[in-house]
Amino acid sequence: MDISLQNVEYRYQVNTPFERLAIKNVSIDIPAGTFLAIIGHTGSGKSTVLQHLNALLKPTDGQVVIGERLITSQKKQKNLKEIRQRVGIVFQFPEHQLFEETVEKDICFGPMNFGVSEEEAKKRARAAIRQVGLPEEILHKSPFDLSGGQMRRVAIAGVLAMEPDVIVLDEPTAGLDPRGRKEIMDMFYSLHGTRGLSTVLVTHSMEDASRYSDQIVIMHNGEVYRKGTPKEIFSSPEGLLKLGLDVPEVVRFQLKMENSLNIRFSKTCLTMDELTDEIAAAMKRGAPK
Amino acid sequence: MNEPLVELKNVSFKYDAETGFALHNVSFNILKGEWLAIVGHNGSGKSTLAKLLNGLHFPLEGSITVGGIPLTEETVWETRKKIGMVFQNPDNQFVGTTVQDDVAFGLENHGIERNDMVQRVAQSLEKVKMAQFLNQEPHHLSGGQKQRVAIAGVIALRPNIIILDESTSMLDPRGREEVLETVRELKQDYHMTVISITHDLEEAAKADRILVMNRGQLYREGTPEEIFQMDEELVKLGLDIPFPVKLSKILREKGLPLSRHYLSEEELVEELWTSHSKM
Repeated sequence: MDISLQNVEYRYQVNTPFERLAIKNVSIDIPAGTFLAIIGHTGSGKSTVLQHLNALLKPTDGQVVIGERLITSQKKQKNLKEIRQRVGIVFQFPEHQLFEETVEKDICFGPMNFGVSEEEAKKRARAAIRQVGLPEEILHKSPFDLSGGQMRRVAIAGVLAMEPDVIVLDEPTAGLDPRGRKEIMDMFYSLHGTRGLSTVLVTHSMEDASRYSDQIVIMHNGEVYRKGTPKEIFSSPEGLLKLGLDVPEVVRFQLKMENSLNIRFSKTCLTMDELTDEIAAAMKRGAPK
Repeated sequence: MNEPLVELKNVSFKYDAETGFALHNVSFNILKGEWLAIVGHNGSGKSTLAKLLNGLHFPLEGSITVGGIPLTEETVWETRKKIGMVFQNPDNQFVGTTVQDDVAFGLENHGIERNDMVQRVAQSLEKVKMAQFLNQEPHHLSGGQKQRVAIAGVIALRPNIIILDESTSMLDPRGREEVLETVRELKQDYHMTVISITHDLEEAAKADRILVMNRGQLYREGTPEEIFQMDEELVKLGLDIPFPVKLSKILREKGLPLSRHYLSEEELVEELWTSHSKM
């Protein structure tokens, strides 16, 4: 399912003294199957963009196209259930939203809410729990007896069980240790491939954005500051650094090397392997005479 | 700096009788004036350790002494004046309706006299560079700013020790740097001891000493230099290797004559620059 934001503007609390412009002139295309990363500071408008992806917010100007549906400020929206089922959002610290007595009931809650039979929901729960890398036995435990990392996986399974076409992840690895972070991201990346999902990742981690995504959107002060492939975005890191944003470690190191040795590498490196090859080559060439 | 300020001897702790040990037979000292990083996988016992140090829980076995005083239910109020804690979630520890009320809260609790209080609030907010936000409400602040207000609340009580319990993990990179920079300055100006519980290995690399926790036990302690020699062993423990260390290792494998593993990018660039200009 394609999603497209076209010149979207959003103001909070319109016509009150608290009216505040959160995003303006935001255009982002997310064709089916894309892995998109959205990056920006706290307050840059990332979360506001995110809430437009399944019509939790309706733009105050411009339009959002989600599959066949057109969302504009004028139109009164009815029956958004289908959109909510097809675009699943995993919010920050999703484990805080667990509430049922057993893991199975918790995972079944979403699909049953969308009209799936109990039997079918249980079948989906079994599939989802395996997809997030947990054993089936866990279905009969209380979610509150699990470790933090397991609880997060259960919460994610709850979103997967709705069988969405698009999955939106808001800082999915916050608070996890390095291994947990890598496991969760690798899991999303493999689900992205095997289930043919579109994935939208909202993150502070430039490493994850550079490693997993096809496209990156940088938000700044409520606008799209830049968009492109990781290569395009990170080939001119100075602009990002000026905004106080990070760049991937590999890119940052390349920049430091180039500046202090007064040399230029032949390309923008995005992986450790590319970087070390370039450094080795530069060292072999020696200082410019 | 070698004077032990806090001593833990054979400390064990369980959250309830049925579950396993959250901490098992942990002993170490915290030295006056050091920056001690405590690292470990989720569930390794790091945060339990912080809660014990602050007297939110007490050891099942073993003992903790703070500045020579055994930490017990009788002495906890005395020791809490010495140890201030900054938690993970900036939104869970803002109790005042404005920035200055928030900082005053702890002082009021400790019965500090009003004149003294007004002065300490102003001074502490100055110190964390939040003085111009005195009457702001919390929802106008960024995560990093909220954490700095939390730090102001802690230092207003003049503790000797500040514990950061993953205090930067929910912040964006700019917020994280703001907070760490603030703590570095405070440490220097007030000769404070800093205990930082963290997953951020770049930050741990700048500590004086690192403790590695694993499954409730103290796995290893040492300087960053020593700890990051552990290399793949750290990955097995659910941790990672800092970028400059990883990079120098691969460069050596690709035949570059580097003399050691570097803990900072600057040192590594310096070394590369030196050998580059000699070629």
